[in-house]
Amino acid sequence: MIPEDRWLLPEGIEEILPPAARQMEGLRRELLDLYESWGYELVVPPLIEFLDSLLTGTGNDLELQTFKLTDQLSGRMMGVRADMTPQVARIDAHLLKRAGPTRLCYMGEVLRTRADGFGGSRSPYQAGVELYGHRGHESDLEVLTLMLETLRVAGIGEVHLDLGHVAIFRELVRRADLGQEREALLFEALQRKALPEIRQYLVAWSLPASCTAWFLALAELNGGVEVLDEAEVYLTEAGAAVREALSVLRNLTAALRRQRPELPIHVDLAELRGYHYHTGVVFAAYVTGQGQAVAQGGRYDEIGQVFGRARPATGFSADLATLLRIGATPDRTRRVIGAPAETDAALERWIAELRGRGERVIQALPGVAVGLLELGCDHVLMRRDGAWSVVPIAGSVPQKRLE
Amino acid sequence: MTAPLTIALSKGRIFQETLPLLAAAGIVPTDDPETSRKLILDTTQPDVKLVIIRATDVPIYVQYGAADLGVAGKDVLMEHGGEGLYEPLDLKIARCRLMVAGRPDQQTRSNRPRIATKFVNTTRRYYADQGRQVEVIKLYGSMELAPLVGLADYIVDVVDTGKTLQANGLAPLEHIADISSRLIVNKAAMKMKHARVKAVMARMAVAIGP
Repeated sequence: MIPEDRWLLPEGIEEILPPAARQMEGLRRELLDLYESWGYELVVPPLIEFLDSLLTGTGNDLELQTFKLTDQLSGRMMGVRADMTPQVARIDAHLLKRAGPTRLCYMGEVLRTRADGFGGSRSPYQAGVELYGHRGHESDLEVLTLMLETLRVAGIGEVHLDLGHVAIFRELVRRADLGQEREALLFEALQRKALPEIRQYLVAWSLPASCTAWFLALAELNGGVEVLDEAEVYLTEAGAAVREALSVLRNLTAALRRQRPELPIHVDLAELRGYHYHTGVVFAAYVTGQGQAVAQGGRYDEIGQVFGRARPATGFSADLATLLRIGATPDRTRRVIGAPAETDAALERWIAELRGRGERVIQALPGVAVGLLELGCDHVLMRRDGAWSVVPIAGSVPQKRLE
Repeated sequence: MTAPLTIALSKGRIFQETLPLLAAAGIVPTDDPETSRKLILDTTQPDVKLVIIRATDVPIYVQYGAADLGVAGKDVLMEHGGEGLYEPLDLKIARCRLMVAGRPDQQTRSNRPRIATKFVNTTRRYYADQGRQVEVIKLYGSMELAPLVGLADYIVDVVDTGKTLQANGLAPLEHIADISSRLIVNKAAMKMKHARVKAVMARMAVAIGP
């Protein structure tokens, strides 16, 4: 390595400097307060744990994304968390074991082997909530609303909501008796809405006419809320599970329209993000100017099973760094008061009192001639007529120097 | 105010053959990219812009939302992987075939033939599916030269009329895929601008015909 390269960080690994670090902490605190006000309890899962429990129930989606290493004590494989959701599910199923609904929230850094998405961070700061123990659309609505509130607190306006339901595709696959290989092919083509391939597959597989029609309809069932009416027509014979999924979406959109009439809602019945662990509604928030979702979530009812207790579960998560980047962060800066490097009992009392009130006071160090403005001070603690007082630094006043 | 709709196109054959389809959707560029030096072209619709970029860059612009729509060859999409994109419409233009080509009398010298191509990922996948171990050499142009000077045993490239192959004493040997251009859509644009995107798609689909 050449010496000039020593300061380089690994690709996609970021550090946050002032003032962004303070803004991020400010947002983190506000979100914690928000979740607290909705009754969500904070949990702090470990940064690293055994791979078996870390990857449980998430299919292959997380396997590639997880950094792995060997535990020198037990010889077992450990992984650095790439997503905190499975950890929180483990806490709910195995440690808390409560009977009723459990509301948990979490915030922390996760590490990913590959950067996904624009900006390419491999160390996102994940914030999210999970609600366990309730099966109906009401809990989905609560979590979804909290996602929208999160974006509001982060100062992100004009959010577009995308809604889907993975159980529809799953049920159609079951009824068509596709088998794993064909399911994977169709899933992949649906993800890309590659209609030419989808038609080609359906013709080649010579499925019953009804199944072919369902899959073709599914690929095109995206658009405004009216898609749910169209789905009712096209998928009417597709069975109870599909009707149930549509009614959940209908209930959700009705409630959202009542609560937030101005929220643009897009319905996409072939949206299969997180198909391998989601079991019901999936939702995501999109913002103009961002090519990818800024927050996402959904229902995943089976994940707790491997920890001894299957619990209905729904939740969302977002990357705090992304929210900070695209949001309008409110100005949290307080005034900064410069104090001279004098040894004076009255001055010391003043400084202690100001700091006690939550003011920001920077005391000069002797022998360093640095301007107050360079220290970021907009006020100064001055002695006037023998008494100390806080005086604003006017723009026109020549820069005062402290010795 | 409506947010502008940006469409990414590559110069040359794809641009020329996409023009009638865009015209069917009411979109006509007011500049000609062959004569203009502008990279962003205005159209007869004030809120629709065309960006003119390299063919292999089109999926990347659309994936990251720098363009809402784009036109890309299936060859480019297969190589890119199509992640983060929708490709709902086959435009049936710029048709050709992706093929393995080589000397007709070629005897494979080793059990690990060398393949020269610019479609590195597609080539690896094709041979892996066949259970054949090959060594892939990435080149950026003039593939046909590689077997002639002994750089590679075979090439993988798009073949239109096959005249360039013929002129260099090569022949198409294996068919990998039929290629035509697709309309590609950014996922977020499909969700946030679905009414406009779907309107453009529907009118283009009519113009393409069955």
